[in-house]
Amino acid sequence: MDRKKETIMIAVMGAVFAIVAALLTKFGNPANMGFCIACFIRDIAGTLKLHQAPVVQYMRPEIPGLIIGAFCMAFFRKESAARGGSNPLLRFVLGAFIMIGGLVFLGCPVRMMLRIGGGDFNAIIGLIGFAGGIFCGNLALKGGFSFDRAQILNKNETYVLPAIQVGLLAVAFLIPGLLVFSEEGPGSMRAPVILSLIAGLVIGALAQRTRFCTVAGIRDSMLLGDFTMLIGFGVLIAVSIVMNIALGKFNPGFTEQPIAHTDGVWNFLSMALVGFASTLVGGCPLRQLILAGEGNVDSGITIMGMLVGAALSHNFGMASSGEGTTPYGRIAVILGLVVVVIIALINIKSNSNKRKEQIA
Amino acid sequence: MKIDARGLSCPQPVLLTKNAMDDNQTNFDIIVDNPTALNNIIRFVSKQKGETKVTEDEGCYTITVSK
Repeated sequence: MDRKKETIMIAVMGAVFAIVAALLTKFGNPANMGFCIACFIRDIAGTLKLHQAPVVQYMRPEIPGLIIGAFCMAFFRKESAARGGSNPLLRFVLGAFIMIGGLVFLGCPVRMMLRIGGGDFNAIIGLIGFAGGIFCGNLALKGGFSFDRAQILNKNETYVLPAIQVGLLAVAFLIPGLLVFSEEGPGSMRAPVILSLIAGLVIGALAQRTRFCTVAGIRDSMLLGDFTMLIGFGVLIAVSIVMNIALGKFNPGFTEQPIAHTDGVWNFLSMALVGFASTLVGGCPLRQLILAGEGNVDSGITIMGMLVGAALSHNFGMASSGEGTTPYGRIAVILGLVVVVIIALINIKSNSNKRKEQIA
Repeated sequence: MKIDARGLSCPQPVLLTKNAMDDNQTNFDIIVDNPTALNNIIRFVSKQKGETKVTEDEGCYTITVSK
């Protein structure tokens, strides 16, 4: 693909993403939450009774849609490949802390952009923190950080995570009594199931095709001087602002923002944690879902870490609410940053020799 | 010179390419095992006004970079 075409496709991806997210909000999803990978995985953790927070329990069809959409597009383009074994447990831990950070901020990087699009200035503080976290991740990468190489796995591994998603959807459609559904709060705010599922499938397929990644936008600009992905990032925010103005939902300011708090220090630090940890695992939460759909088992493990992180966040009072952050959430963010720094440092040392072998 | 970037996560394949070019390597091969890394390297080298030639073998791509 030539560079110009690639840039146009990424810009189109950003625009479609913003439009679909605005429509999902219009048809029932919570405000500024047309899409949120962290919130939706958290809702799924709730519907599966992994946590008991009554306001955030719903089998969000967008998540299975994203994974299945990416799987189908990768399969169609013959890009499916089962790979894994690159420090899976460290990725699990990083996935858990990405989720814990996201739930202190109240959103993944995609929702951070949608919140900015809705006029939520707190999310701009989050964005600065996110960029700061990615900067730290880039320092580690420049210093020689690397996880072990992924190995080729049995092709059957490619089908496992998509099959689990089909199973989750089947349970939600056929025996919903097994699951828990919020009757109030964000978990009770839902676009129609079919619309959510189609939105997930479309965005999943497009994200696989364009390799859209919120971390890559900032990381590659800083590290390589490559602004291609950042264009998609900018278009997403710009179109989101336009959509919110068109739908009469643009409300600029710090206060009275939907499902957000005004604790600036922790908005900054929690998203720094998300940015740093996501850089080490090689992509943002959305990208992890897409890679998992392609057959990347390590990304699948990262998602499992996020699911567990979501459950822990609510079971141990770490997740924020519109009222603000919690003491446990603040402690967890600091702990997360310490753990991420340790993981980065350990893997710089252990790879110093391997790096020399790469150049033969 | 040959760089083996198979199995490495983003953005390491392109970072290894950048490091080699920064070291004034004017002609080298880099092997990757996924289309994302392939595209990223081709895009990066083209931005640096270098040339790439790709050969595929059983899902792995050898990119010959010259500048």
